Amino acid sequence: MTTATIQPPHLNPEQLKAARRLSRRQGLFAPDLLKSALKRAFVMLRPDILWKNPVMFTVEVGTVLSIVYTLVKAIDPSSTLATLGYLVALDAWLFLTVLFANFAEALAEARGKAQADALRKTRQETPAFRLPSHVDPATALAADVPAEGTVSTALQEGDLVVVEAGQFIPGDGEIVAGVASIDESAITGESAPVVREAGGDRSGVTGGTRVLSDRVVVKLTAAAGKSFLDRMIALVEGAARQSTPNEIALSLVLSTFTLIFLVVTATLWPMARYTEQYMAGYLGAAGLKSLGTDIPTLVALLVCLIPTTIGALLAAIGIAGMDRALRANLIAKSGKAVEVAGDIDTLLLDKTGTITLGNRKATEFRPVGSFAAAELGRLAALASAADETPEGKSIVDLYRKQRGSDFNAVPPAGSKFVAFTAQTRMSGVDLPDGRSIRKGAVDAVLKHLKHNGGTVPPLVQEQVNAVAAAGATPLLVCEGNTLAGIVVLEDILKPGIRERFERLRKMGIRTVMVTGDNPLTAKAIAEQAGVDDYIAEATPEAKLAYIRKEQHGGRLVAMMGDGTNDAPALAQADLGVAMNSGTQAAKEAGNMVDLDSDPTKLIECVEIGKQLLMTRGALTTFSIANDVAKYFAIVPALFAATLPWLKALDFMNLASPVSAIMSAVIFNAIIIPLLIPVALKGVTYRPVGADALLRRNLLVWGLGGVIAPFIGIKLIDLALAALGLA
Amino acid sequence: MIFLPVFIIGLTVALSVPLGRYMARVLDRDGPRNAVERWLDTGGQTWKQYVYAMLVSNVVMFVFGFVVLATQPWHPALFNPDNKGMLSPTTIFNTATSFLTNTNLQHYSGEVHLTYGSQVFGIMYKQFLTPAVGLAALLAVIRGLRGDKHLGNYNLDLWRGLIYIAVPLSVIVGVILIAGGTPMTFKGNVEAQTVQVGAMGTEAVDGKDVPKPQTIARGPVAAIVAIKQLGTNGGGFFGPNSAHPLENPTAWTNVIECVCIILIPMACIVMFGAMIRNMRHAGAIFGVSLVMLAVFAAWGVYHDAAKPNPGLAGGPAVLDAKGKPHAVTTLDADGKPEQKPLPDHATRERVALPVTQDTGNLEGKELRFGPGAGPTWAACTTVTSNGSVNCMHDSLNPLAGLTPLTGMWLNCAFGGVGVGLINMLIYLVIAVFLAGLMVGRTPEYLGKKVEAKEMKLAALALLAHPILILAPVGLFAAAGWLDPSTNNPGAHGFSEGVYEFTSASANNGSGFEGLGDTYGFNDKDKNPSAPAPFAPHWDIACGLVMLFGRFIPIIAPIAFAASLAGKKPTPFTSGTLRTDTVTFGCVLLGTILLVGALMFLPVAALGPMAEHFGPLPFGR
Repeated sequence: MTTATIQPPHLNPEQLKAARRLSRRQGLFAPDLLKSALKRAFVMLRPDILWKNPVMFTVEVGTVLSIVYTLVKAIDPSSTLATLGYLVALDAWLFLTVLFANFAEALAEARGKAQADALRKTRQETPAFRLPSHVDPATALAADVPAEGTVSTALQEGDLVVVEAGQFIPGDGEIVAGVASIDESAITGESAPVVREAGGDRSGVTGGTRVLSDRVVVKLTAAAGKSFLDRMIALVEGAARQSTPNEIALSLVLSTFTLIFLVVTATLWPMARYTEQYMAGYLGAAGLKSLGTDIPTLVALLVCLIPTTIGALLAAIGIAGMDRALRANLIAKSGKAVEVAGDIDTLLLDKTGTITLGNRKATEFRPVGSFAAAELGRLAALASAADETPEGKSIVDLYRKQRGSDFNAVPPAGSKFVAFTAQTRMSGVDLPDGRSIRKGAVDAVLKHLKHNGGTVPPLVQEQVNAVAAAGATPLLVCEGNTLAGIVVLEDILKPGIRERFERLRKMGIRTVMVTGDNPLTAKAIAEQAGVDDYIAEATPEAKLAYIRKEQHGGRLVAMMGDGTNDAPALAQADLGVAMNSGTQAAKEAGNMVDLDSDPTKLIECVEIGKQLLMTRGALTTFSIANDVAKYFAIVPALFAATLPWLKALDFMNLASPVSAIMSAVIFNAIIIPLLIPVALKGVTYRPVGADALLRRNLLVWGLGGVIAPFIGIKLIDLALAALGLA
Repeated sequence: MIFLPVFIIGLTVALSVPLGRYMARVLDRDGPRNAVERWLDTGGQTWKQYVYAMLVSNVVMFVFGFVVLATQPWHPALFNPDNKGMLSPTTIFNTATSFLTNTNLQHYSGEVHLTYGSQVFGIMYKQFLTPAVGLAALLAVIRGLRGDKHLGNYNLDLWRGLIYIAVPLSVIVGVILIAGGTPMTFKGNVEAQTVQVGAMGTEAVDGKDVPKPQTIARGPVAAIVAIKQLGTNGGGFFGPNSAHPLENPTAWTNVIECVCIILIPMACIVMFGAMIRNMRHAGAIFGVSLVMLAVFAAWGVYHDAAKPNPGLAGGPAVLDAKGKPHAVTTLDADGKPEQKPLPDHATRERVALPVTQDTGNLEGKELRFGPGAGPTWAACTTVTSNGSVNCMHDSLNPLAGLTPLTGMWLNCAFGGVGVGLINMLIYLVIAVFLAGLMVGRTPEYLGKKVEAKEMKLAALALLAHPILILAPVGLFAAAGWLDPSTNNPGAHGFSEGVYEFTSASANNGSGFEGLGDTYGFNDKDKNPSAPAPFAPHWDIACGLVMLFGRFIPIIAPIAFAASLAGKKPTPFTSGTLRTDTVTFGCVLLGTILLVGALMFLPVAALGPMAEHFGPLPFGR
């Protein structure tokens, strides 16, 4: 075991992020939100808006019908057995049912809007300096190129703007010239500045972020108001919200139930009349009436039976899902992206940053031939003195740790440093005394030695393989044409990563580690981290091929990427999350953008998606299960005046027929606002496997859905009786 | 009392496993195997081609059956020894439809109204063919769910269902029944001179009153009874169906006939498991169906054989919670309600007749089989869409009457040959949809994602049944056709009407009876009793309900399965909903009860429950 899991030295990014999110979280029922949601709830009563929700539209039509029959009763008192007071109360509660449903949706929208507004503050009009279109980006950095002063909202896609230190970047784009440190805290909340530069995979900049130093030319990739953030804001606000496939299927099921119960209640009228007739004939009692032929009461039955609870909360659940993604600093390009996240079967995770702590660390010097470990350490440290990469620094650190801090491996003055290039894949130093020290990848150094006529001691290859097989990366160090030894670079696993993968496995998700390491190292790390598979020596093509292979087997694949060469794979994956720091091409190809550029975000993504679907399923089950109690409350009440012995079916022993019907209607109405928190927060997801999850949700929402209304209706009935309204 | 249902159900379960495996082997063969099959085989069909072939064959069957029934007076003497006349046109339509849809609802009395020609060529061939059609539909659905490229070939499926299943099994059962005493002949009625005076009364012979000779109907009974039981047909040779001593002579033929009712529907589930190579999933469905059947049978036996006949046994006064007689409410012209208590004779304590009630409700039972045999048969015949009877369902105690009604309302516990499992699949899809969401994934069934298109088709199939039952009951109640047709007043009469449409929509065919739905011969004078006043209404309405109730729930699921067949399978992971566990069985059962049963609670309350809880006497 050469790899170690250690606690990160200072700040824990997880905690930091959690703290930041906490500060952003607003109360579920913040007063200003309530006010705007209430206003909107009334606006949404308009039939042309409401008809998109068939369940609630049915309730609205029923309410109108009920009001009409209330008026008829006012004119002709013998039209129905129901009293005017009861009818008015019924109308009011039916109306409230629709209003509560609208309120739930409006509240979800308002919360999303508030969240979006916070983001939108970053997109206020900022001054911008546009370059003439004919300017070559490469020369644009020269101070003398004339820039035209304008505002961010007037900019078009493709415009070149110059941004200097202290200025805000006017829109989403890509740096085409220059390098700058940028404060992205406005979007990500991360206070440490990041470096963005032209070329490579870290060229993307986001509108509203501030350049801290230097001067860059940015090519805008989205016109004002069309950036990702704008799209996401529109999605969360509901303006551009389209029903997702799963939502459509569920709406269909809900419409079916509505239709079935419409048939049940509509045909009950002639049946109830039939009962009145035969009882009247039997008793010789003309004018025998029951509530079964009272239209408003039948409407009440209908409203209680159709799945109003889920019908009212369905839109809110969808919006809340987007909202939760946004809170996690994930910008989804569509609601579908969030939904797909729940279905993911395979996760492609980059090793670096996700599975291991960013960088490798030197942990051991293994000398070969006549060299001593200390000598090898010194040589390696000298070669790394000018190496600013984390690996290079870790070599110097290791040498100091082994020898004491006063051993400074500072090359004497006049030394010439040789920088790492992709061609030589070595770096080192040429000392003034003529000695040249090199360190680098195994094959590169061996080639270097051979080229310089050096000899390679026997068994080096075996040693190298042993290091690789243990999940570490071997570096060779040589002095002149003599091999000095091996520096062992080890990956440090992120703390808790094994448990996280265990969690994913329980969710039914395969994890695949993507790494540039050789297969031996990759295999060892994969085993230690507990991933299911790995792609070693990964190239963009290899990733793409792997995704295709998985998809061919019917799996849905999610991956995260930042580079332009990730774009094809991101587009091919069912869920592609692009890092905000990544290139524009990557962002365009993915269907989500992670503002934190955090590689572990995929896991959160999946949980948000699953939670969204679960909440829908749980509330639908609850809604339908509620019908049992409502039936047993209302059916005996409907026929209390004709078949009074059906009271035997009234297990709740409710005070009176009128009170039974009112209690059921009131329960049906107030359960909507009571469940708004569940709809907005989502049903808790636990990675315990499908069967256990199903059992739990069945108990809570299925069985609970059967039992809860029995208790609720009885309590309301007791309250009505206590108030003398029964 | 308990032994009989347990023995019957247990024996059938044991027989269904090998039969189901045999069915999967012979029905699911790839391509034609012999000259006949090569001639019939037109190659693999898409769902549209398959449904088209099915509809064409059904149209042909309908026309042929209609013509046979409509030409009854001209049937040759061999097939019409008793010279029977023309049936009423609506009855012909109803009967042709009834047997086409595997319903076998009979608005006539076989031995009175039909010639042997009509029995054999108008009816019996359909009793062989329609279960084969149901099996073919199921085979198509299963192949779709399995992800086959084609749904198979309809001709081939129909032929194999007929030749390998329907014919051989009914030959075996027919021979057993003949051994048991069931007649099999084309000879006409016989007259028997009885010693005692029977229902026929007496006639004067040589100045002495002697008992009139008794006319005993007979015919090719064994052949019809065997396939009627096996093919979930139910249309008996005689009016009283399997309560008739020549249709069901002994206690052990009763057991065999009852086993035959549920045998093939049970085997269908085993066949399903074998074909999709997932016996555990089929086991879950089988378990849920078995639980339902057991509960229905137990409910029926308990409320009928273990409870007295309320008309004969005494009972306490029917009072409300405050100990006062129940009161109904009337409304005067000013809208003032008035409470009107029920008359004393309706609510007071009832004195028992001096008849022992230890053996339960014996009214309408065939005592040769014992009191428990009736409700057991009633449960078996209504969970499946068989509809044959060996007791009078109309005479079951009110709550026991819920057993056959609920069996048909749900119509999915084993169900009709082929179609029963298809109905179950609809509930299964709803269950999978809800449960799938609850585990946080897009719902999947057998590894295929269930999305909007599939739900649309499932919804169509689900909607048909309640609409086809409730809407005509409402119509008949509103139009005033229901009341004059019923034999009993009040809630029981209402149950009779509900039962008729339930039976028609479930393609069951049993009757609560007591309903005036028989017109008889077109020539009114030829009828022994006057035609029922609204018989044509019942003929036409039930005929239409049977047609829609048969074909919508077959075609929509075939389209559903075909839609799933075209999808890419998703691999099974620990995050996938398992459909082969006890948990899922509970979900399925819960869905059936919540979705399937709840919508019939109001009619159940107005019918059997109102009758049970209410006072006994009802007058018109």
